[in-house]
Parts: sequence; structure tokens; C-alpha cells
Amino acid sequence: MSEGIEAIIKTAKGVREARDYSGTASLTTHNNRRRLTSVFWKSHVYGWGAGAVIPVAVIAVWQLAGSAGWISPEFLPAPLTILAALAELAVSGELIHHLGVSIGRAGTGFLIGGILGLLLGALTGLFRSAAYLLDPSVQILRLVPHLAIAPLIILWFGFGEISKVVIIMSGSFFPLYINTFLGIRGVDNKLFEVARVLGFSPLQKLRRLILPAALPGILLGLRLSMAVAWIGLVVAELIGSQSGVGFLINEAKQNSNTAVVFVGIIIFAVVGKLIDSLFRVIERRFLYWRDSYQG
Amino acid sequence: MGEALLSIRQLNKRFDTAGGQVQALEDVELEVEEGEFITVIGPSGCGKSTLLRIIAGLDTGYTGSVTLEGKAIGGPGIDKGFIFQEHRLFPWLTVEKNIASDLPLGRPDIRQRVDELIELVKLGGFETAYPRELSGGMAQRVAIARALLRSPKVLLLDEPFGALDAFTRAHMQTVLLDIWRRNRTTMIFVTHDIDEAVFLGNRVVILEPRPGKIRKIVPIDLPYPRKKTTTSFQELRLKVLNYFEKVDELELKDGAGI
Repeated sequence: MSEGIEAIIKTAKGVREARDYSGTASLTTHNNRRRLTSVFWKSHVYGWGAGAVIPVAVIAVWQLAGSAGWISPEFLPAPLTILAALAELAVSGELIHHLGVSIGRAGTGFLIGGILGLLLGALTGLFRSAAYLLDPSVQILRLVPHLAIAPLIILWFGFGEISKVVIIMSGSFFPLYINTFLGIRGVDNKLFEVARVLGFSPLQKLRRLILPAALPGILLGLRLSMAVAWIGLVVAELIGSQSGVGFLINEAKQNSNTAVVFVGIIIFAVVGKLIDSLFRVIERRFLYWRDSYQG
Repeated sequence: MGEALLSIRQLNKRFDTAGGQVQALEDVELEVEEGEFITVIGPSGCGKSTLLRIIAGLDTGYTGSVTLEGKAIGGPGIDKGFIFQEHRLFPWLTVEKNIASDLPLGRPDIRQRVDELIELVKLGGFETAYPRELSGGMAQRVAIARALLRSPKVLLLDEPFGALDAFTRAHMQTVLLDIWRRNRTTMIFVTHDIDEAVFLGNRVVILEPRPGKIRKIVPIDLPYPRKKTTTSFQELRLKVLNYFEKVDELELKDGAGI
């Protein structure tokens, strides 16, 4: 009896597949090839090549203009000059040293601010009383641009490492706080009913329902917090420091070494992008189960 | 005949709404024996879901008594399996992990029971699939397996096949009867499809709306497996249908959902 049903289902599946197949089969070979080319175009050229067209063109024109002597190197050094400055800094070991200092600062500030954001976000997300007590204050502080309080932080903590970490920390706290809160509040109420029916303990509810369901929000918060930490780092180091990529830029500015300013900017951009990509890989690793529009 | 497995006496439930109090259930009396397959049918708003949720311990604030094996329903728990209209699986867990949920799949006895249940609900080969990869009928079968793993004393099903197409629904009905035949789990199945109620139940409880009240309990003494085309099935179907005065309120089309 049941085997009969399985057979019917299999047939139905077969029919569906056959229908899909007949749809493509009616296309001519020519159309098929065009379709394949367009698939290749979409996946490879669109994904990578198309995005590179404008930057490559800009760099080419820029280099030409520099070599022809149309632009003064103090105003805008040519790409190859910047590349040479980068190579020099890399070989002398200066670059690695300053980059290490910068990553250390951003990482420390992000870690402290992120953990605080995660904890407070979880607290206000899980307990309504905590949300009533804490959330209004957090929301007020959130609307103060954290870079505006940088002078105050320097006044309190001086020009040392602490004030830099505090500036980065105060920025990276909020994205993680808000997205953890929203992630927890966004958990489907219907699944809470399932947890009740399955007799989950409060701890099981947290571990098996709330945490996985809020993970997309938490990971988004992590990514945004990291980005804000990176921006905070630039500000903290430009305000005053003796090392770090921001210091490199500041020092080069005073010496009118524009090429090194560009090197610093490029380092900030590239490392920031690498960190962001890393977080996206982590997202994909943990959120493969998601069934949402992928574009 | 011993004491009933589930006993509902003088059950009354009111809801407070913006327009005042609404009597959702009035003087409901029902005794369910172990191993029975009860179907509850009625138009929307008759309180059939409320009745099921009270038995599950999900809804409280009623008067009267509801007892399972002589003990009052305290709250939700694994002795009362519940199947919702939607599958409500955890989207981040595979089929087998959804069935196990909070129970460790690593334990040999649980692993074995999960494998048996996957066999029972005919999902072999889909153990490691995610809910988004399943059809509605398959997902609902996972939900049934998840409830059965906890060996519930009673399985409560709230229009579980309401969102499925007629073909899948018919298939799911046979799968469910097969499970019932093998496990003898007591079933209380809420639906508003008369065919489904008569096809599945050995008793059909007919509820009337506003206030939700039992109008009639019709025993269906047809042997399983039943055939919807036989004269005796059609006669019982008409008998059930006749208990509805306001026929307009009910969709009479074959396989009509919701």
C-alpha cells in the first residue's frame, strides 16, 4: 500500500523533472550555447571582471597623467610611485610594525566593546525588565557620534593607548548591541511554543532555540562592529600617536610625502576589506541553513 | 473498560476580547480511551483549536477539569505531543537533528529510535536534509516523528494537513493511519474537512460555533483501511454532514482546506 504511494510520488517527481527537461529541450542548440555563455558571463565576468573595469581604467589614466607630468607628485603621486613607497616600507619592516600596532588596537577595542555589546544586547533581548531599564540610555548614547566624544576621551585618558582603545570600543559596542537585541527579539514566537511542547528547560531554550535563531543578527552585528572599530582606529591614530598606520599617514603628511599617505589609505582599505571578507566566510559557514533570497 | 486515558469534564473557556468576553468553549464533556483515534470537526471559530491547546497545556484559564491518566494537565510537556498546522521545524537543524532536538543523537538508543522513526514516516535518505529542502508533506512527517520520539501518551494534531494539496493530504492520511496502526498512539485530530474526519477517526466529535459546544459524537465503525468511494463511507459522511444546520458556513467541496 505504502509502496504504491511511494511509487506514485516517484512518478510525480519524474513527471516534474520531465516537464522541466522538455522546457530546455525545446530550445535550439544555438540557444543552449548562448545560454551557457550567458551563465559563464554572469558567474565569472559579472562577479569579478565587471567590477574591475572602472578601477583599472582610473588607475591607467592616473598613471599616464603622472608619467606625463600633468600632475605634481606632491599633490597626487602616480600609482607606480605609491607602489614603490609601499615596497620600501614593506622591506624596511616599518609597515608590518605599524600594521601590527594598529590591528592590536582595533582588535582590543573591538573585543572589549563587542563583548559588552553582546552581553548587554543579550540581556535586554532576553529580559523585558532589562530592556526597560537599559535600552533608553543606550539609545541616547548611540545617537551621539562616537567620534564627537573623542576629545573628551583624550582629556580623560590622555594620549596613551587607553584612550585609543576606548574610542574604538565605544564605537564597536553599538552595532553588536542593537543586532543582538534585534536578533533575539526576532525569534519566531511559534518556535517558542514548540520549545514548550518539547519541554525545553530555560537553558535548552537559550542554547537550542534563541542562540541559533539570533545568530544571523549577531553575526551581522559582529561585522558592523568590526567595520566601526576600523574607522575608530583611524580617528584615534590621527588624533595623536607614535605608531600605527594612522601615525604613518600623519607623519607623511607633515613631511609632504604624499605617496606614503596613499600607502596608509590603501592599507586601511585592503585590511578592512580582508577582515570583512573573513566575517562573510564565517557567516556562510554558520548560516548555510538559511532560506532567504540570495539575489 | 478501565478509566479513560483523557477525561474532559464541564470544560468552559472564555476569551477577553476588545468587544467583551467570548465564550470559546461551553460545557465540553469528552472521554478518550487509550488507542482511540478521535477526530474533532467544526467550522472556524468553534473552539476546536482551543480545545486541543487546552489538552496540550498551552492554553490555560479555563474552568472544569481536564485530566490525563487521572492527573490534571499542568502545562505543556512531552507526554502530550503536538503537531501544528505548520511544521515548525528548527530551520538550522537537519531532519534527524530536528527529530532528536534536545535529545543527544550520539546516544545509541536515541540514534536507533530516530532511525526507526525516519523509517516509519518514510523519510529514509533525507536524514541530513534541511527543512528548506523538504516539501510541506515531508516537513510535517518530520514534525510527527519529532513528537513520536518522546513516546507521547496522546498525539494532538491541529489541522496538520490543512496547508497541503489534496494529493499530499491523502498520502499523509494513509501515513498517519499506518503509524497509528503500528504504534497505537492515541490521536486527537482537529480538522474542518469532513472526509478527513470520517476517513481517519473511530469517533468524530462535531463542534458547533459560538459558543463552542459538542453537538454530537458520531462513532465510525468502518474497518481500516477505509475507502472514500464506498457507499458505507458516503452514508457516514452524510450522517456527519447532517449535524450541521448552517451548511453554508462550511466548505463542502472535496478536500477543501482552511
